[in-house]
Amino acid sequence: MYVAVKGGERAIENAHAWLAEERRGDVNVPELSVAQIREQMALAVNRVMAEGSLFDPDLAALAIKQARGDLIEAIFLIRAYRTTLPRFGTSEPIATDTMACDRRISATFKDVPGGQVLGPTFDYTHRLLDFKLAADGDVADAPQRETDQADVPHVTDFLNREGLIEEAPHDDTVPRDLTREPLEMPADRPLRLQALARADEGFTLSLAYSTQRGYARNHAFVGELRIGTVDVEMDIPELGFAIDIGEITITECESVNQFTGSKTEPPQFTRGYGLVFGQTERKAISMALVDRAMRWEELGEDNVGAPVQDTEFVLYHSDNIQATGFLEHIKLPHYVDFQSELELVRKLRREAGAADMQEAAE
Amino acid sequence: MTDYNFAYLDEQTKRMIRRAILKGLAVPGYQVPFASREMPMPYGWGTGGVQVSAAVMTTDDQFKVIDQGADDTTNAVSIRSFFERTAGVATTTQTAEATVIQTRHRIPERDLTEGQILVYQVPIPEPLRFLEPRESETRKMHSLEEYGLMHVKLYEDISRHGHIATSYAYPVKVEGRYVMDPSPIPKFDNPKLSDCPAIQLFGAGREQRIYALPPYTQVVSLDFEDHPFVASKADHPCGLCGAEDSYLDEVIIDDAGGRMFVCSDTDYCTARQADGFKGKDAA
Amino acid sequence: MQTQMLDGGFTQPALQAATAFRSVMEAMARPGTIQTMVDAAPPAPLSPAAGAVLLTLCDTETPLYLAGGCDTPDIRTWIAFHTGAPLVGPSACQFALGSWADLMPLSAYPIGTSEYPDRSTTLIVEMPELTQAGATLTGPGIKETAALSLPETAAFQANGAQYPLGLDFIFTCADRLAALPRSTEVR
Repeated sequence: MYVAVKGGERAIENAHAWLAEERRGDVNVPELSVAQIREQMALAVNRVMAEGSLFDPDLAALAIKQARGDLIEAIFLIRAYRTTLPRFGTSEPIATDTMACDRRISATFKDVPGGQVLGPTFDYTHRLLDFKLAADGDVADAPQRETDQADVPHVTDFLNREGLIEEAPHDDTVPRDLTREPLEMPADRPLRLQALARADEGFTLSLAYSTQRGYARNHAFVGELRIGTVDVEMDIPELGFAIDIGEITITECESVNQFTGSKTEPPQFTRGYGLVFGQTERKAISMALVDRAMRWEELGEDNVGAPVQDTEFVLYHSDNIQATGFLEHIKLPHYVDFQSELELVRKLRREAGAADMQEAAE
Repeated sequence: MTDYNFAYLDEQTKRMIRRAILKGLAVPGYQVPFASREMPMPYGWGTGGVQVSAAVMTTDDQFKVIDQGADDTTNAVSIRSFFERTAGVATTTQTAEATVIQTRHRIPERDLTEGQILVYQVPIPEPLRFLEPRESETRKMHSLEEYGLMHVKLYEDISRHGHIATSYAYPVKVEGRYVMDPSPIPKFDNPKLSDCPAIQLFGAGREQRIYALPPYTQVVSLDFEDHPFVASKADHPCGLCGAEDSYLDEVIIDDAGGRMFVCSDTDYCTARQADGFKGKDAA
Repeated sequence: MQTQMLDGGFTQPALQAATAFRSVMEAMARPGTIQTMVDAAPPAPLSPAAGAVLLTLCDTETPLYLAGGCDTPDIRTWIAFHTGAPLVGPSACQFALGSWADLMPLSAYPIGTSEYPDRSTTLIVEMPELTQAGATLTGPGIKETAALSLPETAAFQANGAQYPLGLDFIFTCADRLAALPRSTEVR
C-alpha cells in the first residue's frame, strides 16, 4: 500500500544533525580551532576570501570549518553572509605601488628597482612529502634582515616610459558592480575584471592554460607578480578627507604580452591584469591571461573562436556558486517533468511500434 | 540567524525587486533583469522564487510552498521553514487558504482566485535559450519579435515524431507579444496560465530575471493549425482519490515493477479523500 | 533641518513598505481598481498615498523628477531624508511626481528601449479625484472591462500604441491609489 511521503521536515533535521556529527569527526581527535585554520590553512582561507569577495580571514576560516573543508561550500557561506552586510561606503582605489611586498618577481627583467623578492613560495620546493610534519610541526625561524624597501614601482612603468607597452590611461569612472546590478552584455573591462576576481580558480586556470596551448595564444610573460599588504583608505564625507581603515593582503599580476600589431594598433607590448585577495598567485596569473585574451576586440585582434575570447561564455560560467547550485539542483525532485517525458516517450514508442507493424503487414 | 530583516532581504534589495515586479506586470511576459542577491540557499533551488516571495510577503499572508505539487517535498519544507523563521509568516498547505503560493514545477489543481499570488521558481527563464545560448542574441530576438527559430524547432519535432516533443516548460506567447517560458511545469498545466484570476510572478535568481502575468492575461501555448496544442497527462485516474482531471505522479510500488498513479497535487488529493472520494488503490 | 521634515515616514519600514507595495502591485496588476494605502504623512501638497509610494519604491538608486507644485523645499527635504532619491530632470528619471498638467509633456520621459522596455519612467500622478468611472479600460489584469477617472484618454492611447515601450502610471489621491500600465487599452 502506497502512502504519500510525509516527514520531510524531520528528515531534514536529522540530516543536519548527522552532518554536524560528521563534520566534527572522531571526538577523540582534538577539534580544530578557527585560529588554527586561519594560520595553518592560510591559502585555503585566501581562496575563500577571494572567491567569496569578502576580506575577513577569521570568517573565511570559520566557513572552511563549517563546510568541512569544502572550499566552494565555504565560499558560498561567505557570499551569502556578505550580501546581508550594509554598505557604509566605497574605499579609494588601493595603491599597489606602495605595497609592502612579501614577494615580488619579474620574469621580464633580471633585476628591477626594488629588487626581486622570492618570498614564501612553493616554487622551488621539491614536492616530496615531508613525513616530519606528520609527527610534529616545529619549524626553525626563517632568517631575517631589515627591509630597505621603499616604494616599489611597477615593472610595466619602465616599458611604458619607452613607449613599448600600450598606455593604460588613468580612468576615474566608477565601475559597474555586478553584485548590485544584473550582468549585462557587452561587459566592459572593469566589469570583466570584477567577475574574474571572484571567478572559480579552477575555471580561470583552465581557460588561461588553454590560451597557452594555442586557443587565442597571447604570448604572456609575467611582467610582475607581487604579493603583500596595502592600506585601504576611505573618504569620510564628514571629515572631508580619506582615512586608513585597514590593511589587506593581495596578489597582483601584470602580464606583458607580445603583440605584433593589428589593423588598429601598432606593434607593442600589451597588458593583462590580475588582482586577487590574499596570497593567490595561481589565480592572479590566470586572471591576467584571461583578461588579456578577452581584450581581443579592443586591440583589433581576430576572433579565432577560442573559448576564452567568448566573453559572454566566460562571464556567465565563471562563478562557482552559480555553477554548483544549478549543477546540483538536478538532484532535487523532478518527478513532474520526468513523468511528462515518460508519457511522451511511451507515446512516441507506441506510435513508432504501430508504424513498424503496419509496414511489416504491407 | 538573528537580526535579519523581515523576510530576510534588506529593504533596498526588496525595493529593487519590487520595482522589477511592477515593470514585469506592466509588460507581461517580458523578462526584467534584476540584481539577484546571493541567498542562503543554492542557486537553482528557488532563489528567484524566494526573493520574489520575500518582496511581496506581508505579515497578513498565508504562505504555501509546493515542489512537484507537494507541500512535503524536502525543498518545499526547507523554503517554508525559511519564511516561518525570517518573516514569521503563517503557513498553510491548503491551496484555498493560501494568499501567496511559491511553486516549483506545478500549478495547483484547484482554481486560483483573485486574492492569490502564485510565485514560480524558474531555472532558465529564456524560452529561446536551448535554441540560442547567447543572451545578447536572444534579447535581440525578443526585441524584434523574431520567434521563427522556435516555430522551426517545434515543426521539426512534428516532422520527425509526428508530435511536438516538448512535454514540460512548453513555450507560450503572452498577449500576442512575448514568447515566455512558463518554468518547467508539465504542459498539462499550461492552460491554467491563461485568464487566471491570480497574479503570477516568475523569479529566476541565478539568471537574474523576473517576469509576470497579471490576472486575466491571455497566454497561448505555441502550436500549429494542423497540430494544435494538447494538454496531456497519464491516462489513469488517481489511485488514492480517483480524480481523473489531475496531473499524476507514477510511483513504482514493488520489485516486479508494479506501479500506481497518484495526484501530484497532495492538497487536492487529500481534500478529495476527505470528501469521501476513493481510488482503486485506496486503503 | 526642521524636525517635522523627519516625520511622516514609515514607523515600521519593513512591515509598512510590504503592505504598501502589495497595494501598489494590486493596482498595477489590476488596472482600474482603487487601493487604499498605509499611512504616510508627507509635507503638503503631497498626498499620503504619493508619499507612501515614494517610501516604498524610491531610494538612492532611483532618480526622481519633481514636477511643478511638487518641487518645494519641504518636499525635497522630506524625500532626501526618507528616500535619498537623487532629484533629476524628466529625461533621466525613473520616477516622476506631480499633477497631470505639471508632468507634461509625456514625450520628455524615457519609454525604455526595444531590448529593455523596463527602463522607462513610472509617473506618479497626483489627482484631484479618483473614481472608478470615466475612461473604459481593457487588457491584461482586467477581466472584461474596468473604468477609471483618467485625466484624459488621448495621451494614454498614444502611450499604449508604443507597446511594449511606454510609460506606466500610478494615480494618487488622498490615501487612495490606482495604476495604469502601458499594456492597458484606453477608450
